[in-house]
Amino acid sequence: MFKCGRSNRMKKIESKKVAYLLNFIAICIFFGILMILFKKEVFGSRTSYFQGICTTACYTIIMVASLNLLTGFMGEFSLGHAGFMSVGAFSSAILTNYLAESGIPSFVLFLMCLLVGGIAAGITGIAVGVPALRLRGDYLCIVTVAFAEIIRVAFCNFKITGGGKTMSGITRLSNFYWVFWVMVICVTIMYMYVRSRYGRTVMAIREDYIAASASGINVTYYKVLTFTISAFFAGIAGAIYAHYMTAIIPTNFNFNYSAEFLTEVIIGGTGSLTGSVIGAAFLSALPELMRQFSNYRMLAYSIVLVLVMIFKPSGIFGTYEFSLVRVINRLLGKSTTGSTASKKTVQEVE
Amino acid sequence: MGAATEPVLKAVHLGISFGGLKAVSDFSIEIGESELFGLIGPNGAGKTTVFNLLTGVYQPTEGGFYLNGEKMNGKKTHQVVEAGIARTFQNIRLFKKMTALENVKVAMNMKMKYNLVDAIFRTPTYWAEEKAVEEKALELLKVVHLEDKADTVAENLPYGQQRRLEIARALATHMKLLLLDEPAAGMNPTETAELLDIISVIRNHFKISVLLIEHDMSLVMKICEKIQVIDYGETIAFGTPEEIANHPRVIEAYLGKDEEENEC
Repeated sequence: MFKCGRSNRMKKIESKKVAYLLNFIAICIFFGILMILFKKEVFGSRTSYFQGICTTACYTIIMVASLNLLTGFMGEFSLGHAGFMSVGAFSSAILTNYLAESGIPSFVLFLMCLLVGGIAAGITGIAVGVPALRLRGDYLCIVTVAFAEIIRVAFCNFKITGGGKTMSGITRLSNFYWVFWVMVICVTIMYMYVRSRYGRTVMAIREDYIAASASGINVTYYKVLTFTISAFFAGIAGAIYAHYMTAIIPTNFNFNYSAEFLTEVIIGGTGSLTGSVIGAAFLSALPELMRQFSNYRMLAYSIVLVLVMIFKPSGIFGTYEFSLVRVINRLLGKSTTGSTASKKTVQEVE
Repeated sequence: MGAATEPVLKAVHLGISFGGLKAVSDFSIEIGESELFGLIGPNGAGKTTVFNLLTGVYQPTEGGFYLNGEKMNGKKTHQVVEAGIARTFQNIRLFKKMTALENVKVAMNMKMKYNLVDAIFRTPTYWAEEKAVEEKALELLKVVHLEDKADTVAENLPYGQQRRLEIARALATHMKLLLLDEPAAGMNPTETAELLDIISVIRNHFKISVLLIEHDMSLVMKICEKIQVIDYGETIAFGTPEEIANHPRVIEAYLGKDEEENEC
């Protein structure tokens, strides 16, 4: 029984590599479909409008997934994530304003922006994280709120960030096709992080930090590391935002914006990256899709939130991760390999 | 037992006071290799405080302790664990929402070497190490008879199994000294018997010294080679189980002082 269980396990590791390939193919197909829809102008004159929604969805997904890293996997609430996004947005915008006439190919410039935005936010993350992560729970949450406010007020007063006026004329570098792949890469990196020894450690800290340190884990180190990674991706999302909107103002990145991301994390399911992706895509598209009910759309939005919380308090996905392989196995009626995995999920959902 | 070269754990005049209250004072102990040492005392005697001192949760205000001659004072909990002292908790502290296997794997984290780049790009180093850890974790689960519960979420395990999983998790840190805080609390006789088996396997197989806090006197008397009794933070007796059982101060601490009875 034990022997058999072990060989199954080893096979499971092998089959993971196949699963990665399958998922990659699925993403390519999805991208292909979207591209055909946009290129053939299926939506007619509204094509660019839909492309815009999709771009918005993409950077929201990065934001929400990065926040989920903190909230879902590390169990710490942050109500100041828009602050990191703001740092990423402004630092990358300043860079493009400097390099706008330098003749660097726009794709290279775009990548440079993402990197600069991400790194700037990451450094801010370390600076905030080292002192703040001694705190836990509500206290940390308050500190993150304070941090976002400091960033907002500071950027409103710095000359380099426009001094409270709109910083406009940023080159429009973000187009849907690039942003989509950036999103895919970001989410993949976060998934790989979560499904490695790092993710395991971070979840252990969430479950019981005393037991975690008694198991030889340097709790502070892993908390700061995760916080930094989360801030890094928020910075990337900020960079995309700045080069999509082309005009940014510090007051956009306010408390409401942070709270919106947290809502999306919770609706999608804390502790599920799939949930973050679906939740963010859904909720960032929802207000747009309901535009014809103009006056009632925010009402409907709120009702959706309340309903989800009543009927599925753990979020749409809970801690469940969508697995293409599992779906394929189920469709093919192969219950043998799927059984342990699905059992595990049932328990996780409970 | 205890090749008498150097004790695994040596604590010298260890003490801590919170404000004016001396929780533990002048606590000295020497534990040899694969020795099973019992630490007993009435409620509130300071047993768990001793554990907290030995694992770096509290820093001692006096004295010091050494693991294989290496000074441990001033180290943080995770550094003490890395040096080789692991513990279990009086009130079970598992990673509740994680599976039994993951619980064990977490404790192996500090011995794992692959870095962020390996994790993100899933390099061969990552696969090799994850595979090795998986095998090792399964072996440890086998030691505590939980191999068929590997995929069960920890909080769904029955009480006795949770206790055993905690021991497996402690074993995964490759410690030299294991501190067990009331491992048999709330267990029925069958579970206790199984626990005793596991403890003896641990000692013989892994060459680990064990320091045990326990309220179940019959258990302590049966398995411990040496016993130290503390009360109000002070050591009141030390010796073999027989010596302890007949020690007047121990009887006094547990049953209270009664002059007439003592004379009888």
